[in-house]
Amino acid sequence: METIEELLAAHPFFRGMAPPHLAAVAECGRRMQFKAGEFLCRENEEARDFYVILSGSVAVEIFSFRRGPLTTTTVEEGEVLGWLWFEEPYHWHLDARARQVTRVVALEVEALKSRCEKDHDLGYEFMKRYAHHLAVQFRITKLQLVDMYGS
Amino acid sequence: MAPEPEKPDFRPSGAEGLLLPRLFRVESRRREIPDTVTLTLTPAEAGTEWPFAPGQFNMLTAFGIGEVPISISGDPAEPRRLLHTIRAVGAATGTLCRLTRGDVLGVRGPFGTAWPVQEAEGHDLVIIAGGLGLAPLRPAIYRALAHRAAYGNLELVYGARTPRDILYYRELQRWRSRFDVRVHVTVDSAPETWRGRVGVVTKILAYARFDAANTTALVCGPGVMMRFTVQDLMARGVSPEHIFVSLERHMQCGLGLCGHCQLGPLFICKDGPVFSYARVKDWFEKREV
Repeated sequence: METIEELLAAHPFFRGMAPPHLAAVAECGRRMQFKAGEFLCRENEEARDFYVILSGSVAVEIFSFRRGPLTTTTVEEGEVLGWLWFEEPYHWHLDARARQVTRVVALEVEALKSRCEKDHDLGYEFMKRYAHHLAVQFRITKLQLVDMYGS
Repeated sequence: MAPEPEKPDFRPSGAEGLLLPRLFRVESRRREIPDTVTLTLTPAEAGTEWPFAPGQFNMLTAFGIGEVPISISGDPAEPRRLLHTIRAVGAATGTLCRLTRGDVLGVRGPFGTAWPVQEAEGHDLVIIAGGLGLAPLRPAIYRALAHRAAYGNLELVYGARTPRDILYYRELQRWRSRFDVRVHVTVDSAPETWRGRVGVVTKILAYARFDAANTTALVCGPGVMMRFTVQDLMARGVSPEHIFVSLERHMQCGLGLCGHCQLGPLFICKDGPVFSYARVKDWFEKREV
């Protein structure tokens, strides 16, 4: 069985990260598996984990009383889930539900932040990846907002 | 450098077909999505063929109402039947969408340049469509599938607004069931019941597998979608010469005479609608022109 460090090393988010930094991140991680329909997180819950998706598919949903759950994006193998845990009050803003059996590495946020504080090189490496991830998410969100297909 | 798209000339000699509409009859009408139908047309004059190349368009006349440019969305290997997928957005398109079996309309064409599907042989072929942009690309898909062995990877990436806005749904499923083409479909948002991907088309472009140095990409959709898609293709290493886009303007004469569809030094009806991105990049989505 692959170690968490190996799983992270093979994941696009961590591509190119130096082995000592990978080892430090891996120490904050644990494997998890979600069945189809199971929630990885719920809106307003405390954001304790940052999910590195290894396989499967997750629907990110906004719940509306009038329309029910509305899927705004799907997150799959090779992606990460959870980008609000760096901002107070560290609560999830959306629901995320597995659409099929989904394997992840859950990185414990408090431990990860603490390591980034102690080792700023690690913190910078992590933040570089995180900033790129955010930039991609913002670009996607902007495209969704303009309603490209609207007549 | 890849050659510019060719402008095949299938038009009959003389004014007929070019300046004067020919009469066609509606053989069938199929509602694709709520505001969009596909008309199957056959020439009123039996035995007439209407050869065209993927990417070309016809001017369709709703008599007494007006004339509009509509891409041909059928199989180029079947020149006896013309297929046009039309969204009802105005008086002329609304009238065309309401035509029923046996009704008569006018057709001029075919006009314009073609998707370089033949020139792309030997390359990976990536076809990226957004919304109704799948209609002008469908003839290119038919052509590529009919000559499947001539290409490397064949990737079809399609995005729509919601699941109910997906064009040619059954056909997409049929293509997806083939083992020699990878079909990626996404919608911008969806109810919980949707089992497919959700996210903008540029996001799922990341799942497409191709060798950027040896890829031809065909892109058609709303301007914003094409702009971002082209950026992402180039970021992956596809050269502007091998990215082809289909542009839209208010075309009227189809011959480059009236000037309605002018874009900088180009006339979309005559020089396009299919261009390599390298040729139009200075004018593409430029707000001043």
